Amino acid sequence: MSFELLGEAIIAGVLLGCFYAAVSVGLSVAFGLLDVPQIAHPAFLVLGAYGAYFLGSFGLDPLLAGVLLTPVFFLAGLAVYRFYHAAFESRGTDAGLRGLALFFGIAFIVEVLLILSFGVDQRMVEAVYIGKSVALGDVRIPMRMLVAFLVALVLITGLSLYLSGTFTGRAIKAVAQDQTALALMGADPVRIKQWAFGIATGTCALAGALLIIVTPVEPGLGRLYIGRTFCVAVLAGLGSMPGTLVAGIILGIAESIVLTSLGASWAPAVAFGLLLLVLAVRPAGLFGQR
Amino acid sequence: MKFPCRAVLRIIGAIAAALSVCAVLTSAHAQSKPPIRIGLSIAQTGPLSSAGKSGLVALEIWRDDVNAGGGLLGRPVELVVYDDQSNPSMTPGIYTKLLDVDKVDLLVAPYATNPTAPIMPLMKQRDRLLIGNFALDVNTRIRHDKYFNNQPWASARDSADPYLGLCRKLGAKTIAILAADAEFAQNLAGGIRAGLKDYGLQPVYDQNYPPNTVEFSSMIRAIRAKKPDAVFVASYPSDSSAIIRSVNEIGIGDDVMLFGGGMVGLQYASIMESLGSGLNGVVNYHTWAPEKTMDFPGIRDFLTRYQARAKQANVDPLGFYLPPFDYAIGQILAQAVTETGSLDHKVLAKYIREHETKSIVGSIRYGPTGEWANPRIVYVQFRGIADKNLDQFRSAGKQVIVAPDAFKTGEVIPFSQARN
Repeated sequence: MSFELLGEAIIAGVLLGCFYAAVSVGLSVAFGLLDVPQIAHPAFLVLGAYGAYFLGSFGLDPLLAGVLLTPVFFLAGLAVYRFYHAAFESRGTDAGLRGLALFFGIAFIVEVLLILSFGVDQRMVEAVYIGKSVALGDVRIPMRMLVAFLVALVLITGLSLYLSGTFTGRAIKAVAQDQTALALMGADPVRIKQWAFGIATGTCALAGALLIIVTPVEPGLGRLYIGRTFCVAVLAGLGSMPGTLVAGIILGIAESIVLTSLGASWAPAVAFGLLLLVLAVRPAGLFGQR
Repeated sequence: MKFPCRAVLRIIGAIAAALSVCAVLTSAHAQSKPPIRIGLSIAQTGPLSSAGKSGLVALEIWRDDVNAGGGLLGRPVELVVYDDQSNPSMTPGIYTKLLDVDKVDLLVAPYATNPTAPIMPLMKQRDRLLIGNFALDVNTRIRHDKYFNNQPWASARDSADPYLGLCRKLGAKTIAILAADAEFAQNLAGGIRAGLKDYGLQPVYDQNYPPNTVEFSSMIRAIRAKKPDAVFVASYPSDSSAIIRSVNEIGIGDDVMLFGGGMVGLQYASIMESLGSGLNGVVNYHTWAPEKTMDFPGIRDFLTRYQARAKQANVDPLGFYLPPFDYAIGQILAQAVTETGSLDHKVLAKYIREHETKSIVGSIRYGPTGEWANPRIVYVQFRGIADKNLDQFRSAGKQVIVAPDAFKTGEVIPFSQARN
């Protein structure tokens, strides 16, 4: 493998990794900070992608569509968490296991609704940055991956600042550490968790728009992303926003180098092998503190 | 003498009324008998569902045609259909249920190679007639004598030879192979690998990729670095779109004279429309294209009726790839049942093995392994494709057949030249 090819693989890996981080950041909040088994996260991503596709059919840019859909997804997240809390979390200690069934059910319902509404065919969107590339010396970089890179940086930086710099953000971090202590401070843990779950779901609108910008989507695509998004969230150290970005980039670079050199078949083995290795050394993940 | 117009009209009217009554009575008679149940699983969800759903529409059109004509053996035809979710692990259970619980009379295989391969041992063990539905090389080792596959290529090598012939015609000496790590794609790539020596081609890149790959830029870069003369890709729909997109974005290199081969999805209307001009120059396999050499009797009429239904069913609006062949599956079964007057699988298998079937995809005769005796997979080259125009694919000249010679409607043009 030449140095030139290695350089290209690293650049491609960073871009791909940022995309992975963007699609996993909501899961880092829901699963990492709130302990909600949000297995429907990839289904919401695909829903966001179809939302961008739908609005795109009226001439709207997919990224703008993602931004416009974010409040809608946020409200949907509030409703889903309220139901999850009332039906499962408030009723016992096995909420996690039973909640897993609920979120599996939601994922299937989302998939079926998409099939009924849009059919099973693949969908793609059009935008000025799709199908073109920019030259960086001899390296040509797809513009859609650059867009994914920039949006991921903005999304994760924004979330990090929100979680560390605002009262609600710090309350979300606190609820992940000790709900009782938070309640003693006068904050309602359920409302805080509901708000955080709304944010986690809201990110799916923008990340879903990135998904359809980067790759064609079909209703069942979410299944392919279950392993990858959970891998990034766990590798990051549950709930860490910078960790999500770093974990995504590590996976992206590993996958890209393996695809370019060793052989494509090895890519999943190397990515998940890396996860096992990191967890063996740091069981809490790269940036985990628990 | 005045011509008795009114009397003649009355007689014609009476005859028409009598024929209508007969037709209704025949149909009612057929409906009153227990139906002939034909069981199958076909992908309604998952990555194979785009073709699977369109294939099911075609089978339903055939069922309606048969029932409107009085059914088979005076009995109506009923389809018992399950969704295998494009998942090969589902099909053995589904076909066991079709046999033991639903007790269907006849069986059609699932769509595609991957879901069909796992049911072959069951079919052989239970000695049942099975009409294959686009499954590549699943009976080579099992040798089930009641398996008849309806697809226009008999083996991986059959599909490889025309593509390798195009490589030779363009003077290619080196080739890159990129294939999905799944049964069908591996079979296709295996056919190419087996023929490399015969066609004097040197492989400079040969990789399999896992089915959940998202981004193909790295692989396209690696292929470009090897500077091959030809590239053979065996991929599934979402991968095919992503690969074509990556090639358009970062380029595959000026040395490449032939690109494509076994990319599933480039036959589907939604993908062709979305990729638009990005398809120009790609040479890919197809089963039917609207070219003059493929005007089999009845196919245009079928496609007109299919396309009307496809709108309502929200499935592939063109239906060139799988639907005509699924309608033909019905024709194979109908001819065998009608001619033998039997539903016995041994009798039907003997008939299908020994007789030719007239169908909308041409005359079908089977060879010893249950594959078409005269395969006719075609390779088309996309030319002059514009963006955002589905209707262009209905016309001749956009998917020019470049191989084999028997169906050729144009000569292959080098990849870079065709893109200009």
